Amino acid sequence: MKHIISIKDFSREDIDTLLARAGAIDAAPQIRKTLDGKQVALLFFEPSTRTRMSFTSAVSRLGGTSITVDSVEGSSISKGETLADTVRVVSSYVDAIVLRHPKEGAARLASEFASVPVINAGDGAGQHPSQTLLDLYTIRQSMPLDGIHIGLLGDLRYGRTTHSLAYALSNYDVTLHTIAPQTLELPESLVAELHKRGCRVEEHEDITDIMPELDVIYATRIQRERFPDAASYYNVAESYRITPEILEGHKEGMIVLHPLPRAGEIDPRVDALPCARYFEQAGNGIPVRMAMLEEVI
Amino acid sequence: MESGPRGLLISPIKDGTVIDHIRAGAALTVLRMLGITGQTDEELSIATNVTSMTGGQEGRKDIVKVSNRELSKEEVDRIALISPHATINIIRDYIVVEKKGVETPKLLYGIVRCTNAGCITNANEPIQSAFEVTEDGLHCLYCDTVITTDLENHII
Repeated sequence: MKHIISIKDFSREDIDTLLARAGAIDAAPQIRKTLDGKQVALLFFEPSTRTRMSFTSAVSRLGGTSITVDSVEGSSISKGETLADTVRVVSSYVDAIVLRHPKEGAARLASEFASVPVINAGDGAGQHPSQTLLDLYTIRQSMPLDGIHIGLLGDLRYGRTTHSLAYALSNYDVTLHTIAPQTLELPESLVAELHKRGCRVEEHEDITDIMPELDVIYATRIQRERFPDAASYYNVAESYRITPEILEGHKEGMIVLHPLPRAGEIDPRVDALPCARYFEQAGNGIPVRMAMLEEVI
Repeated sequence: MESGPRGLLISPIKDGTVIDHIRAGAALTVLRMLGITGQTDEELSIATNVTSMTGGQEGRKDIVKVSNRELSKEEVDRIALISPHATINIIRDYIVVEKKGVETPKLLYGIVRCTNAGCITNANEPIQSAFEVTEDGLHCLYCDTVITTDLENHII
């Protein structure tokens, strides 16, 4: 039985295979009924609009049906039931479980107790492999993954999307440029791991230092709660805002991504530029999650 | 150098285990890891900061003798975490019948508590903590946290 728990479980070949499958789905979505007669449980014990809706849509487009729990209050967990018991019971109802949970490692635990495949739809500040795969898929729509310079911008210390993406990209020949305030830099342990995997990592504080070299800008939300006061937040947040002026002179074919929701990191005027790909990126959640469901069921 | 009269620091035991070459100052931690407290029945002898003829931390070591008890593999694994040069001597009828070093295991189950409060192993779930021992520290197999310092305080 196959589970999808962490991007670290994927080799380069695994990633390429899954992205190719997503591409095939994208090219001809109407002919796939691979989940015909199958049912998937979407256990979302933490709020998530895009991930939950895109998994619901993905199941439906594959001809399957889904049953959903969308809060702790709406489940027996509120009565003190363990997650282990929940997934054991739900396993007897469905053909796969998609799990979103506030605790890190929850999906790994679920995979140990479930008798059906488990897909991790985000566990706490831990893993979110479907987001990483759709990020890679979106980049690959515009350029090969090998040889690119990608700028990771924003809160790199606490942002799980950038951690997973950086790890996944270390399977390829990329140069990672981290662009963050000193307090929000990529964790040292992750940088060390990336170096160990042969990935080039260059640290910057100002995006203008590196802008002309970038093929991809991956912006993330700078979380206000990480700062001691509003003034220090606004000082930093303003300097990490992508505007049309900042983008002037960018490399031809450069794209801007963001896992969304954004909170001021990207000026709305950028939306109209050809390099803005974050809404397509969100839309790519459908074929990528369809491919993930096909992979495990 | 001044030297006093030599003699047995602690007396031999008839049956049980002698844990020798414990890192100097770590004997009390070893007892805690073995669940030995003032409320348990074991007969104990403890020597701390004694001169070690084989080196060790600045030539010092701790020794613990526990009567009528032989350690399980899991208990030996725990000791290896904080004192990788310790030796375990099994004593039967005053004779050392087995002498072995400890070996740091590759995987640790239920021995160390994850330092990440948000880790599922710290929730009320029917699982044990699980760590891979790497050159960087202890890597939680559930949440990816790596424990690099202050290990003694996280041993369950």
